[in-house]
Amino acid sequence: MSRKLLLDKINVEGIKSFDVYRANGGYASVEKALKTMSPAAVIEEVKKSGLRGRGGAGFPTGMKWSFLDKKSGRPRYLVVNADESEPGTFKDRFLMEYIPHLLIEGIVTSSFALETNLAFIYIRGEFKWIVGILWKAIEEAKANGFLGKNILGTGYDLEIVVHPGAGAYICGEETGLLESLEGKRGLPRLKPPFPAVSGLYNNPTVVNNVESIAAVCWIVNNGGEEYAKIGTAKSAGTKLISACGNINKPGVYEIELGLPVEEFIFSDEWCGGIANGKKMKAVVAGGSSVPILPTELILKTANGEPRLMSYESLQDGGFQTGTMLGSGGFIVYDEDQCIVRNTMNFARFYHHESCGQCSPCREGTGWMERILHKIEYGHGTMQDIDLLWDVQKKIEGNTICPLGDAAAWPVASAIRHFRDEFEWHVTHHEECLTRNFGIREKSLVES
Amino acid sequence: MLAVKTGKQVEFDASALEKANEIIAHYPEGKQKSAMLPILHLAQNEFGGYLSVEAMDYIARLLHIQPIEVYEVATFYSMYNLQPVGRFMLEVCHTGPCEIRGAEKLIATLENKLGIKVGETTPDGLFTLKRVECLAACGYAPMLQCGERYYEFLDSEEKIDKLLDELRGKAAKEN
Repeated sequence: MSRKLLLDKINVEGIKSFDVYRANGGYASVEKALKTMSPAAVIEEVKKSGLRGRGGAGFPTGMKWSFLDKKSGRPRYLVVNADESEPGTFKDRFLMEYIPHLLIEGIVTSSFALETNLAFIYIRGEFKWIVGILWKAIEEAKANGFLGKNILGTGYDLEIVVHPGAGAYICGEETGLLESLEGKRGLPRLKPPFPAVSGLYNNPTVVNNVESIAAVCWIVNNGGEEYAKIGTAKSAGTKLISACGNINKPGVYEIELGLPVEEFIFSDEWCGGIANGKKMKAVVAGGSSVPILPTELILKTANGEPRLMSYESLQDGGFQTGTMLGSGGFIVYDEDQCIVRNTMNFARFYHHESCGQCSPCREGTGWMERILHKIEYGHGTMQDIDLLWDVQKKIEGNTICPLGDAAAWPVASAIRHFRDEFEWHVTHHEECLTRNFGIREKSLVES
Repeated sequence: MLAVKTGKQVEFDASALEKANEIIAHYPEGKQKSAMLPILHLAQNEFGGYLSVEAMDYIARLLHIQPIEVYEVATFYSMYNLQPVGRFMLEVCHTGPCEIRGAEKLIATLENKLGIKVGETTPDGLFTLKRVECLAACGYAPMLQCGERYYEFLDSEEKIDKLLDELRGKAAKEN
């Protein structure tokens, strides 16, 4: 069994409620931090823990916190990024839905460290029922003195506001999120200045993922050094992985970082192997944006080492033979799945979600989608494959925010590792239209 | 998509106005524009499932901002409807992980059963069928959102029938 720090109490009956959560050791980190520690000491523990941002970028959380401008005296804000929209990712939803107080506790403790008196949870608008769950948790925490004015009699005040988005992947990007929170279109900002200096309402702001904030509770309770002992040297702690695709047991799992990928996919404790007795073809390990890898490269690195679920092991080999841990959205493809079709689907997604500010992304994502559509439906040429490669190359690194990269990487990796499948589509025009990879538009009833 | 001008002025009733003021109070003094997204959700609920030009103009007055500031937001986010929709919006996720677990079959089946294509509304005004991008339910695919709820694992005709019956029953009760 792998160690659980976030979901260890998830099966306790009634853990959604304040009373049960509290009776099971909840809000201990708030008591400890507010009564016995200074804000700087809390930040120090988070730094020592080695916790890296769980939203996808993996930036060290403690370092991000230490950049927050406290000298200017302007109001500071903590904004929790709960805009979970990366295809393949559904872990934050799980945490907020089933153990909401863990997030609220993490926000109180983190806000104390950041010396902010107002925190926002920017949650994607589609999670309408979770908005209610979070407000209820906030009310309960307030009624019990863990939130609001003069928390636990320490003189520290904090309000938390749940703010629903309205359907836009781009608002998961932290400056797009801040624009949206200001009541505008979610157009990412040029950086610098970074949010730590000029964020919400141009005031110093820290934006953290739900899971990162939740992890702070355990770190404060047990110390950063203890946290750093879990996982691997460069990937401390545990990570929520949302597993989906053609596996027997899709769902949200908390793993200790460093778990072998092979064990994660095939052990009954986790994904339970490939569904319907099929063979595995490919894996997208960290949400749709990260490079797709064929079976041989996801199970073992190019050097033949077993691939592990950690930041460094998944990155091993760079983009030539590696990928990224990303958000933990783990998508498994069986042998029946069509890589061209899947790449077209993702290209359509990024085209739909591009905010339109930067030409390479606005034009390039649509262009990629059109080329992929042409190839998938049997009208492609060999030159189209090269053109596709060229277009993705010209998007990557040429946009204000990482959405451009996120759109380019799945296309690049699909061509890099599955070029033969693209070429097959070009040389087998007829079959492209008649073969069934299990995903064709076929009604369950006769029309 | 062009917004609809109905020629009829709208405004919140007392209870909706109270909700709106509560939302505005969440944000710091002078930052009432931050309430835009939640207030537009409220408006869409209150004004029949979509945002007409009049509804957007009303929200602009309520938040003391220019109408264009509301238009540019309402046209940016996918959850705001600028055209009237049916009583139930069936929003089927068709992004990668859902696609490989049968999202296209779900869409085709719904089209068959409802006798409409994606983007259309049934003649009785009950159902609008829509494709949407990832709803963070990838492990529970294929799925759709209807109102406040997610309906997941819709991988058989039986489950789809059950869902449609449930919604029709709900509508019948309301009438």
